[in-house]
Amino acid sequence: MKTTYYTRTAVSLHWLVAGLILAAVFMGWTMTGMEISPARLKLFNYHKWVGVTVLLLALFRLGWRLSHAAPPLLPMPRWQQLAAHGGHYLLYGLMLAVPVAGWIYSNASGYPVVYLGKIPLPNLMHRNRELAGLWRDVHVTLATTLVILVVVHVLAALQHHFLHKDDTLRRMFTWRH
Amino acid sequence: MRNLRTRVWVLAAALAGLATAADLNVGPSGGSTVTAAFKQEGAEVESPFKRFSGHISYDPANVGAATALLEVETGSYDIGDEAYNAEVRKKSWFDSAAHPKAQFKSTSIKPGAPGSFQATGQLTMKGRVQTITVPVKVGTGPKGTVFDGSFAISRKAFGIGDPVWDGTLDDKVLIKFHLVGGK
Repeated sequence: MKTTYYTRTAVSLHWLVAGLILAAVFMGWTMTGMEISPARLKLFNYHKWVGVTVLLLALFRLGWRLSHAAPPLLPMPRWQQLAAHGGHYLLYGLMLAVPVAGWIYSNASGYPVVYLGKIPLPNLMHRNRELAGLWRDVHVTLATTLVILVVVHVLAALQHHFLHKDDTLRRMFTWRH
Repeated sequence: MRNLRTRVWVLAAALAGLATAADLNVGPSGGSTVTAAFKQEGAEVESPFKRFSGHISYDPANVGAATALLEVETGSYDIGDEAYNAEVRKKSWFDSAAHPKAQFKSTSIKPGAPGSFQATGQLTMKGRVQTITVPVKVGTGPKGTVFDGSFAISRKAFGIGDPVWDGTLDDKVLIKFHLVGGK
């Protein structure tokens, strides 16, 4: 019989990454509106470190999901199943694409990414002012798409919980070995 | 007679040597670059000075007599973002309005292994002077003689950067140059 539960690892990582994405978005939004100052520069660095952490955890989650099948969706109309699967694919894709686009943008601007101020990550692109502007737009557009998708994801979970009164949301808070 | 002939040859060789003592001009248009790399929270960011000019007198047969003078426009430092470029021109950084140029003037050249020497000179920035010694490698490029080197300076020794930045921005700044000698 197939399990109807997520693993504890899957649930923990779901919420950890959710929190980190929120933090990264909030930092990104704050720092770009700040005047030049050490605080602004630091916030840029922290934003990058959080983003790299999201990238690493997203890769780990993908590997985990491939080796620990997620429980099948609860009964719902076909269009909702398709939307849920499509949405989850997109969420995973963006969890990888947004940090990578930010990393390229940072490199193109002349800033290597040094994770936690200690671990230098490889440079993905030479410094290039025009391409830096392009990658900033790519990063911001993808991040905005991710935020919209997260909002839809949350609304869909609430819909399941309050309208359909099923366990979709509840099982993201419970697990069984 | 033989003695005189020898003397003539020596004189001719010396003159030939003098003739090859090149008086070279360097600048960005000739392919030369001067950059400064600062480090912030572990990440080294290297950016170019867009405007500078200099003169180098260099004779491979008499390296010790070489001289170098380089002037760099502090306002031409390009971090790649106009807001930051404007920031570093401010009074607490380069103060480019009052001190538009940084200057290096050699005081002595010590020949090293073939193709290298040590240049000692005075570096003037923001009205402060420091004596520095720079190892230089000499090569030949398609456009002429090429001088490469780098040296570290303390930005605080020149009063560059408000102390509020000390926790974020390293004091050590690496200056790198690639100077292509042209006529």
